[in-house]
Amino acid sequence: MSNATTNAETIHRVSFLDKDSLSIPILKVLQADGTAYEGAVLPVIDENLAKKIHDTCVFTRVLDERMLGAQRQGRISFYMTCTGEEASIIGSTAALDDGDVILAQYREHAAIRYRGFTTEQFMNQMFSNEKDFGKGRQMPIHYGSQELNYQTISSPLATQIPQATGVAYALKRQGKRNIAICYFGEGAASEGDFHAGLNMAAVLNSPVIFFCRNNGYAISTPTEEQFKGNGIASRGVGYGMHTIRVDGNDMLAVLAATQQARAYALEHNAPVLIEAMTYRLGAHSSSDDPSGYRSKDEEAKWQQHDPVKRFKLWMINKGWMNEQEDADLYVKYREEVLSELKVAEKVPTPHLDSIIEDVYDTPTPMLKKQLAQLKEHVKKYPESYPKSAGRV
Amino acid sequence: MAQMNMLQAINQALSSEMESDETMTVFGEDVGHFGGVFRATSGLQEKFGRDRCFNTPLTEQGIAGFANGLASNGMTAVAEIQFADYIFPAIDQIVNESAKFRYRSGNEFDVGGLTFRTPYGGGIAGGHYHSQSPEAYFTQTPGLKVVVPRNPEQAKGLLIASIRDKNPVIFFEPKRLYRASVGEVPEGDYVIELGKAEVVKQGSDITLLGWGAQMEVLEKAAEMAAKKGISCEIVDLRTLSPWDIDTVAASVKKTGRLLINHEAPLTGGFAGEIAATIQEECFLYLESPIARVCGLDTPYPLIHEKEYMPDALKTFEAIKASVKF
Ligand SMILES: Cc1ncc(C[n+]2csc(CCOP(=O)(O)OP(=O)(O)O)c2C)c(N)n1
Repeated sequence: MSNATTNAETIHRVSFLDKDSLSIPILKVLQADGTAYEGAVLPVIDENLAKKIHDTCVFTRVLDERMLGAQRQGRISFYMTCTGEEASIIGSTAALDDGDVILAQYREHAAIRYRGFTTEQFMNQMFSNEKDFGKGRQMPIHYGSQELNYQTISSPLATQIPQATGVAYALKRQGKRNIAICYFGEGAASEGDFHAGLNMAAVLNSPVIFFCRNNGYAISTPTEEQFKGNGIASRGVGYGMHTIRVDGNDMLAVLAATQQARAYALEHNAPVLIEAMTYRLGAHSSSDDPSGYRSKDEEAKWQQHDPVKRFKLWMINKGWMNEQEDADLYVKYREEVLSELKVAEKVPTPHLDSIIEDVYDTPTPMLKKQLAQLKEHVKKYPESYPKSAGRV
Repeated sequence: MAQMNMLQAINQALSSEMESDETMTVFGEDVGHFGGVFRATSGLQEKFGRDRCFNTPLTEQGIAGFANGLASNGMTAVAEIQFADYIFPAIDQIVNESAKFRYRSGNEFDVGGLTFRTPYGGGIAGGHYHSQSPEAYFTQTPGLKVVVPRNPEQAKGLLIASIRDKNPVIFFEPKRLYRASVGEVPEGDYVIELGKAEVVKQGSDITLLGWGAQMEVLEKAAEMAAKKGISCEIVDLRTLSPWDIDTVAASVKKTGRLLINHEAPLTGGFAGEIAATIQEECFLYLESPIARVCGLDTPYPLIHEKEYMPDALKTFEAIKASVKF
């Protein structure tokens, strides 16, 4: 049979399927009080791993709170938080090997932190100073690090999805025991790139985890106006992919699912789709005001599902931590973020010469000419351009 | 006349067209109840209902294709692309479909009722993904009209004309001026004809040509030049495709010099096209080479935005060089 896509039974009466024909359960491990559900199968986790996860949660909370404040004070131009989505991001990254390549959307700074991005490195990027790996070219929060296998963020949505398929294929061809993981929102899953990327991964056997943070909104657009199907998970099944839906505010559920997804992707050279059901507690970005499109009641309801608190309670129940240690960690990171912020703010901006770098591997003659003209111009009017440009 | 900013003028144009044209729909990412991330469509859903002003899923490819479908079936469609930087996922639908519907079908079908609105340009600390001026990608495509207003009054008249035009139009809105540019806007209905440049200021020594947000830059540069005794004529192209060769050529024949300013990179930018044409039309009248003051041939940077910009000072220098040549 040429169209051997299924071993479907035959029927003789018209009968349609709808979105509920496919029931997709949601994996939950942790209860609100920090104890596991009865019969829940825990992920592989020990005290060290739990502490690293918790540490990343606290750092991220502090960073988000402080940098949003810094944006409001006009010290940085833009910021985005991942408040409420920490379990989705950290729980999944914690399941990976450091050699696995991360392709993120923009709200996954906790993932690069988990890999070891330092507070100083965060600040250098946000203040666009000369130590920023991206040489001050991108808006705040567009992190990237070759060393940490975290590809630099691109603002156009969903472009990283087919790229992740290619990265994973490369890892496979290179004989590495590594996968790629690709993060995106349920909004980005409407882009053509999403469909292209998933289909290619399934057909070309790329070991990639597609991780959708279904956080309820794409800027102001709620999921009801984004898609009508059975979430994003049903599409994974449609593309012939191993698929799971998890409680995205449940650290242990996300960790368990991602650990198994990774093992499966490696063993079978196949993609896996994870849909994490979560909620964007904060605004879309520092330029957005959610009071224009959603209710305070709705937000308050989701506050009660705080993923960081739930995981902390679990650790306390395990005897791996106490409230005082948790509080101390917040204090430590508040001080650290504030002092690194003050340092980074004073580091000079990148040299003007860098304006023509990295367009190509080496600047073209035209670019060199344009730089020379620009420098001559700035020298003539030093007071009209930023001080740092005076260093020509 | 009322004082308003460019967003209010655009909103008024959309609202009055929706009132007079029952077939008109307005849609795009976040444009429904929220009124768009810049609020250009605010109030329209409340006024005209969810069937006529609505959010789409997050897919520019889908938005453009859907808009083509609507317009090909006789509707007036005004689609918003949230930032011009994000028009590229829609480029196949726009360049291969919108632009060629009429031509390929021998006029059996067309998408004349279609307008894409999109905020473009820099100067807002947006880095390279919120600052681009991609107009030249579209001026290279026969079948599309490309329009860029410079202030609220122009925005309203040109947008109404774009919506009523019987061809697909890409209407680039200078986002740096959305709130910054405030001016008198006539109440009620008026159109500014597409394809016509406007001589904004008369002058005798050099013609300064630009569009959109750069018109402010040209005005500033002209003031600086005036202090040096140089008289600049300022022309706003307004429509880039098809562009008004006659008005520009007449001005250059009068002044003998031309400077073109745009934010997009120099190489392959629309200034090159204008320079070539004007050189052909006005060769014997030119007293100096046509000058171009444009963005560098790099992506739009963040931290070096001020240095990157083809600003008034750079324009002023180029004016002096041109006049001294
Ligand atoms: C191609 C493209 N179109 C539009 C935008 C503007 N934009 C930035 S974020 C966003 C919403 C994304 O929503 P979602 O993918 O659900 O992620 P979330 O912000 O909820 O984490 C939009 C429309 C963009 N960055 N890229």
